[in-house]
Amino acid sequence: MYAPFELEMPGDLAGALDALAAGRDSKTVPIAGGTNLIVDMRAKRERPDRVVALGEVGELRGMDFGAERISIGGRTTVTDLLRSPEVAEAAPSLIESARLFAGLMVRNTATVAGNIACGSPAADLVPPLLSLDADVTLASAAGTRTVPLDEYFLGYKRDVRRPDELITRISWPRLPVPSVNTFYKLARRKGDAITVTGVALTLCAAGGTCTKARIALGAVAPIVLRARQAEALLEGRALTPALIDRAAAAAAAASSPIDDVRASAGYRLHTVEVLTRRLVSRAWDRFDRQGDQGTAASAAVPAHEVTAQRRAGSDGRSA
Amino acid sequence: MSNERTITLRVNGREERGRFPAHRTLLEALREIGHMEVKCGCEKGDCGACAVLVDGMAVDSCLTLAWTAEGAEITTVRGLGDLESLHPVQQAFADGGAAQCGYCIPGIVIAAKAIIDEHPEPTEDDVRLGLSGNLCRCTGYTKVFEAVSEAAAVIRAGRSGQ
Repeated sequence: MYAPFELEMPGDLAGALDALAAGRDSKTVPIAGGTNLIVDMRAKRERPDRVVALGEVGELRGMDFGAERISIGGRTTVTDLLRSPEVAEAAPSLIESARLFAGLMVRNTATVAGNIACGSPAADLVPPLLSLDADVTLASAAGTRTVPLDEYFLGYKRDVRRPDELITRISWPRLPVPSVNTFYKLARRKGDAITVTGVALTLCAAGGTCTKARIALGAVAPIVLRARQAEALLEGRALTPALIDRAAAAAAAASSPIDDVRASAGYRLHTVEVLTRRLVSRAWDRFDRQGDQGTAASAAVPAHEVTAQRRAGSDGRSA
Repeated sequence: MSNERTITLRVNGREERGRFPAHRTLLEALREIGHMEVKCGCEKGDCGACAVLVDGMAVDSCLTLAWTAEGAEITTVRGLGDLESLHPVQQAFADGGAAQCGYCIPGIVIAAKAIIDEHPEPTEDDVRLGLSGNLCRCTGYTKVFEAVSEAAAVIRAGRSGQ
């Protein structure tokens, strides 16, 4: 059993932030879904003196779907994402990730903010959010600031969040039309599995050229990161197989994977390249078919169907 | 703030009281007050043996702090039905022989109930993804999947028959 702690259950955000501020001299941590913290406490990786439970903090719930941006509360659960048709339209990659996230009971309690704050390079909601250019809003009793998710992580399980801050909201701009936004999780199994290699992609096109590319890589470096060189190779050009090959190689070059119990570093390098090539090729093919006039990929092909089609193919394993 | 207090848990429709420290999990608390039907497996959210419904949502009770469950409606596998009147999910598991050693079954039945509540007509994908947080180390999944689909059909038939 893990060490005892004090538990506070504030009823609103001000109360939660005050509790975290008051705890600056002791080891005080917030708990939302508990699916990371309780496991870490049991493994004695975390030994807090005080825990601030966020279950009653209503301000951390709720999703806003504006004309320009989507904004979701930090305590949005993985199941909340899956139950939202608006999220399915605004962030197909996030839904693909959420479907294969841990198991049902964990999906029901694990939160988006918790997945970001845990700082794991294998946190599956992060590559999709990075591919969507998401921002993270941090609040403390002293004030609020917003940082790009791209600048949030400092290193392996290190981030810009101070101990007295909470991730209150995550927001991202609406995808332009046409665009493709997708995530592929390569793991030993579909369920209850930690990612071996995760690749999220956003691709936008106009007039036969790629206007925007975002490639976010999970579980292949100390942090989830963007493959910026790969993105730069694609942006402003009409994509050809040769160019996509170069971008895929650049994505592998941006990775710095390790050997672990799930896969070797070499396998991860190989699969980053294969998955990047595959996702970009398929996205570009879709623009071709839609002749640039198509609607966003999310509307044309629901995310779950994309996943189902992909599963029906041989690809998961041949990568 | 005291580190231990008496809380009231509403379990299977009955209010039960217990005195627990803040770090006590719902799994430990439930077993301390006699709910041995809630099983302890991995204690890290992988196996689902400890699953209970909290306000209708399946959660791992090993990852839930007991204090935070006060005021919620908690349902264990016993709350679904007993030997005299089994819940359709329990009946389908019994009829289909969907249990080997049985240790994982209390959690699987809870997850199955939650799956059918959300997907009255579950696809095989719904069932498999829904049970992805429940491990059976006897590896008896096939009959489990069949039992969930059967239970869903029985529940649908019951509804349409009313």
